Amino acid sequence: MTDVTTESVAKPARARMPHWREVLASTELDSRLLGMLAALAAIWVGFHVLSGGDFLTARNLWNLSVQSASIAIMATGMVLIIVSRNIDLSVGSLLGFLGYVMAMVQTNWIPESLGLGFDQWYTWIIALAVGLAVGALAGGLQGFIVAYAGVPAFIVTLGGFLAWRGLIFRFQQGQTLAPLDRNFQLLGGGARGTLGSTASWVVAAVACAAIILSLALSRRRKSRYQLVGRPLVVEVALGALGCIAVVAGVGWVANGYRSPITGEPTGIAIPVAILILVTVVMTYLATRRRFGRYVYAYGGNPEAAELGGINTRRTIMSTFVVMGVLCGLSAAVQTARLNASVTNLGVQNELDVIAAAVIGGTSFSGGIGTIPGAVLGAVVMQSLRSGMVLLAIDSPSQDIVVGVVLVTAVAIDAALRVRNRAAVLGALGAGILVSAIIIQTGRP
Amino acid sequence: MTDTRTDTDAVDRSGVPLVEMRNIHVAFGGLHAVEDVSVDLYPGEVVGLVGGNGAGKSTLMHTLSGAHPADSGEILINGEPVVIHNPRDAREYGVEVIYQKLALADNVDAAANVFLGRELLNSGGSLDDSAMAAATQNVMQRLNPRFKNLRTAVRSLSGGQRQSVAIARAVHFNARILIMDEPTAALGPAETAQVRDLIMQLKSEGIGIFLISHDIHDVFDLSDRISVMLQGRLVGTVDKNDVTKDEVLAMIIAGKKPGEPTGDAILGAEPGPLRPGRG
Repeated sequence: MTDVTTESVAKPARARMPHWREVLASTELDSRLLGMLAALAAIWVGFHVLSGGDFLTARNLWNLSVQSASIAIMATGMVLIIVSRNIDLSVGSLLGFLGYVMAMVQTNWIPESLGLGFDQWYTWIIALAVGLAVGALAGGLQGFIVAYAGVPAFIVTLGGFLAWRGLIFRFQQGQTLAPLDRNFQLLGGGARGTLGSTASWVVAAVACAAIILSLALSRRRKSRYQLVGRPLVVEVALGALGCIAVVAGVGWVANGYRSPITGEPTGIAIPVAILILVTVVMTYLATRRRFGRYVYAYGGNPEAAELGGINTRRTIMSTFVVMGVLCGLSAAVQTARLNASVTNLGVQNELDVIAAAVIGGTSFSGGIGTIPGAVLGAVVMQSLRSGMVLLAIDSPSQDIVVGVVLVTAVAIDAALRVRNRAAVLGALGAGILVSAIIIQTGRP
Repeated sequence: MTDTRTDTDAVDRSGVPLVEMRNIHVAFGGLHAVEDVSVDLYPGEVVGLVGGNGAGKSTLMHTLSGAHPADSGEILINGEPVVIHNPRDAREYGVEVIYQKLALADNVDAAANVFLGRELLNSGGSLDDSAMAAATQNVMQRLNPRFKNLRTAVRSLSGGQRQSVAIARAVHFNARILIMDEPTAALGPAETAQVRDLIMQLKSEGIGIFLISHDIHDVFDLSDRISVMLQGRLVGTVDKNDVTKDEVLAMIIAGKKPGEPTGDAILGAEPGPLRPGRG
């Protein structure tokens, strides 16, 4: 009798202890994204140890966030382009061109051609609006040629790569345009270009509220339709983790870093605030709007999308319009940060942007990739560069390591897709080994 | 005379046909893929479209589904002449297609595929994923109660489950005219039986079905009438109860109508499924 009862009690207790894979699956989080977070954590801790405790400091992480912003903003758009089986090689040149357009508006057209003078309150708004509009038009033109004329995106944007860069030199014979409008400069996140302590806490509070609200709303929607959702414990844990991450980011990094000039907590840099906003909007566009659904469906099976009655051409063209607008935003951040527009602005950015999207899990075979993944990919790349700078490794060696990591990331992804555990470990091991050798031999 | 299959006898062809395709022509360059073909379909009827590879069955149906418009000819739906340029037009007339290749976006889930191109939106204009998942669950309850993988990408589903998703797409949107292109080609025996049951159920709901198939057994089991095509032309349309499988095979291979003198070689052949090399 007693034997039976003890066993019947003990058994469910053992059965209730779920495997970690099941716990992970019940969060319904993208496993790729979790893998990337783990990789990022490893990179951070690794550099922290190698640099003797310089990496995981408020100052370094704050700078890292600002340096990642421009590439990350564009990478969110590149995801949609690559997911729908295209490519955009023109983003660096387009960024340079749009930087010039915005600089012209504020240093020349508004103050001199229109005779309104410098540093008007509205100057930055008009400059930014013109930059974004021209970006949309330029991206739309390329997208139109890709979608309606049927010219491969590689060719169209290769043409754009040459043409937009060439146009920069047609403006004022390629002179540097500086200085820029006082308010416009804030977009670059210099000494004044931050939200400050109080506003950053407000952002943190809003972000926490948004996380909890979205979890609650999604749970309510699902229960209304009697759909099975996440277990309540998992939802609460997710909400708590999200809020802790937000509070730690703002409290420890953004407000933990004191301005070297004023000594006050700096708060979130404006480019980072722009990036956060872009990430939220682009994620919404990609996952909750028809446009995003069509981009992914087309990437998964173009024929099915066509037969489903989707206007695939308009969808493809729209991805390029979005990319153009994001180039405009990044151009504003980069020119504002330099407080000038120069002819080589954005050179090689197309490669960094594509690499960020790919490291972030976007697949060239189409249909696969996420916006947060691409942002993480940009942060991973910038972390590598920033960590190697702390170790005083020269820039060519940095390029080698970033190249190795790029190929390793894709190799791991390919091996994961065919569930080849040996290949995953092999790629991971080889990547780490080669990177370690390059880093170690590149140190002074 | 005393056929037990009451369902096939029940088709009422006195009214207006659901679909009437008259003198359809389609050419690809110099090649006449479909030449002067006329077929019709009544409510609650299954018309089998048979013929070898390249006979023009699929091309003929493409003109009805909007995948490839006809070069000339007329299509009437419920007696009204209609113009179908693209799949969207076809759907407006209640024409739904289940493709041989299933035409699913592999990287998104079942609900996203069922509603592909016709997503449900909430008041804010965002995708209402919960409503779509719930509706998909409802349709699946009817088609394939064992179907549970609503959230996973359809890439990871079995052939039968993928077929269920494709059929759910048509059924959910209240198709009145269904085109099924080799619906059982990729399925095992159990799943094939399931699809047959489903076709019978759809038929009893008054839906008209064009069934494209290579499998003469499938066609005889499921169809009320059989239209045979050979090299882009219609050999003839026969009532299933009036012909034997042999006679249909003779139509498919030699283009000879029942009653016409037939070659000994064909009459001597064993009746059996006609399975050309590939689907």
